[in-house]
Amino acid sequence: MGTIAGQKSGLSIATNVAVVAMVLIWLIPTVGLLVSSFRDRDQISVSGWWQAPFSVELTFRARAGVDGVKDGDDWVVTGNIFEAPEVQEAFGTGAGRVTGFSTSARTPGEFPVGSPADLGDGESLIVNADGTYEFRSPEEPGNRGQRVYFAADTPPQFTLANYRQVLTADNMDRAFINTLTVTVPATIIPILIAAFAAYALAWMDFAGRGWLIAAVVGLLVVPLQLALVPMLNFHNKVGIGQSFLGIWFAHTAFGMPLAVYLLRNYMVGLPRDIIESAKVDGATDFQVFTKIVLPLSLPALAAFSIFQFLWTWNDLLVAKVFLPSNAESKVMTVKIADDLLGSRGGDWGILATAAFVSIAVPLVVFFTMQRFLVRGLLAGSVK
Amino acid sequence: MHPFLSGIITIIVGVGSCVGYFYFSNLILDKVIFPARGPNTGRNINRANQWRPWLFVFPAVFVLGLYLVYPVIGSFIRSLYNRSGQEFIGLGNYATLLGAAEFRTAFLNNVLWAIFVPALTTFFGLVAAQLTDKLSWGNIAKSLIFMPMAISFVGASLIWKFVYAVDADIGLINAIRAGLFGSEPVDVLQIPFWNNFFLMFILVWIQTGFAMVILSAALRGIPEETIEAAVIDGANPFQIFFKIKVPQIMPTIVVVWTTITVLVLKVFDIVYAMTGGNFGTDILPSYMMSFMFRDDGRATAVAFVIMIVVLPVMISNIVQARKEMR
Repeated sequence: MGTIAGQKSGLSIATNVAVVAMVLIWLIPTVGLLVSSFRDRDQISVSGWWQAPFSVELTFRARAGVDGVKDGDDWVVTGNIFEAPEVQEAFGTGAGRVTGFSTSARTPGEFPVGSPADLGDGESLIVNADGTYEFRSPEEPGNRGQRVYFAADTPPQFTLANYRQVLTADNMDRAFINTLTVTVPATIIPILIAAFAAYALAWMDFAGRGWLIAAVVGLLVVPLQLALVPMLNFHNKVGIGQSFLGIWFAHTAFGMPLAVYLLRNYMVGLPRDIIESAKVDGATDFQVFTKIVLPLSLPALAAFSIFQFLWTWNDLLVAKVFLPSNAESKVMTVKIADDLLGSRGGDWGILATAAFVSIAVPLVVFFTMQRFLVRGLLAGSVK
Repeated sequence: MHPFLSGIITIIVGVGSCVGYFYFSNLILDKVIFPARGPNTGRNINRANQWRPWLFVFPAVFVLGLYLVYPVIGSFIRSLYNRSGQEFIGLGNYATLLGAAEFRTAFLNNVLWAIFVPALTTFFGLVAAQLTDKLSWGNIAKSLIFMPMAISFVGASLIWKFVYAVDADIGLINAIRAGLFGSEPVDVLQIPFWNNFFLMFILVWIQTGFAMVILSAALRGIPEETIEAAVIDGANPFQIFFKIKVPQIMPTIVVVWTTITVLVLKVFDIVYAMTGGNFGTDILPSYMMSFMFRDDGRATAVAFVIMIVVLPVMISNIVQARKEMR
């Protein structure tokens, strides 16, 4: 469409390149988060997530064995440093490669692999790239083996440890349930109330209808910041205080203008004949609403419920104000913004995992219900 | 009781009482107050039908009035009192705000946000809508650009922390700088003035999908003949886009633009999570939250300033809606 023969190929290549670039910019940050959430904590701090599939040079601390064999005047201890219990976990099935070693924590990769290092007192140590070592000493080794610090390329490590920690140790499971507790009633109740109102505004004739619709349109843009202080004071006065009950009311109200607006726009478009013939047949408004309009409006109801679900699930502001600030009632967004970003600012693995746990459910909802979401957006803004 | 359990009970009670309210209020209206029998049957049916719409809209009007209309007045009144709420100080809070350097910074930053975020979002959305429409894999591309819509502002901030981080082993930007130019890492969130744009881009990244979806539908709604006529007249693709298509979808562009402008004035999450308002990045919503729970007088004053900023949009929306109804 709209192209001239001969220009087409060049333009279409440019289009493809531009869209690929845009998709990459839009996708890469999220992929980074996902990859980071599965990486081993030590590896995150030494190499970027884009290097995750490659091995990483890390430094380790281990002890040589204690089973010496007499060789001439010396005792000789041999073994494989990768099999030392302290470091075993990081290497798995011998995939690592030593790049340097020493016996001092300050210079862990001081000596090159394969050449003997003189440790003084007639002791010497040699570590090979494959991890095998030979420690020579004039004295019989005691029950503590020789300290060995070494640098090694470790194979890429992917682990669920971050998820285990986030979901069990960090109270994130509680926050997840809290988020769910806030979200579900705050999604269902406004739909019901709004559907009745939208029906009245779309299909019932009464004085003041036009002004009500205009008011709803106006309220769409009222910044909810205005409601925070007066409504919190009101909640305190009537005894609701900061509680789940309060946040359900708040979310119900804050979602109401969009709900009424979307649903009314949709219901107005339903065929007039059906509704009028039902009325001629003696159906009351209540019956017309429940038996005809409601089933026909399912796409719009679905669209709004997705909006409201995403909005309440992702909300930080309302939760911070209308929920108590103790650990038991924190929702995930508050938990991440206040607890994790503050105190665990440097623990990137945990941060990534917590973020991913909190966005996983909306993403699933988004990808499965995208059709309805798009339809809802369009009902709201394109005439 | 565990809140989850009380949540389930609330759903049942809430939904039950909503349905019950609508059902029984209609029943009472029809059977008790204006019964459709006796000498006044006809009149009663008419009167019941006059009242019924109000039964239907009452719960919605009630919560809207309580949570959105009353606070406009309530906030304004509260903003005229001092911190404790005991003493009337007139416009004292507003005067203090105007005198505070932080408020001026927040206000100016907010102006930047309100200009650049809608502009960039609409621009990217328009470009994405136009380009993806022509591709065989356009729907996948759209889906991926749309995806950040599902992510919370807090989640998105965290995602972008992994791009902006100072440590070149975490932050993509510093890694690229180090890889290409060997430069020292910088904290982009601490570069004066420009750090605002790095924060804005997060919101642009989230909202572009929204703009794209709506503008793409509008582009498809353009009558084919206008474009064919332009092609026959020898217009090149750029001319077709800027001179034929864009003018025809202008009303939709305005809707997208204003929707995002209004959103910009509500979002405090990004600034709160990324910088906490430090390094000169405060905006009005986050500035307001720094007074929340500490000084209600000033918090409501800031909220009311936001309301005043939104007011023109609100009025134009209402005027538009009234026009469409006639």
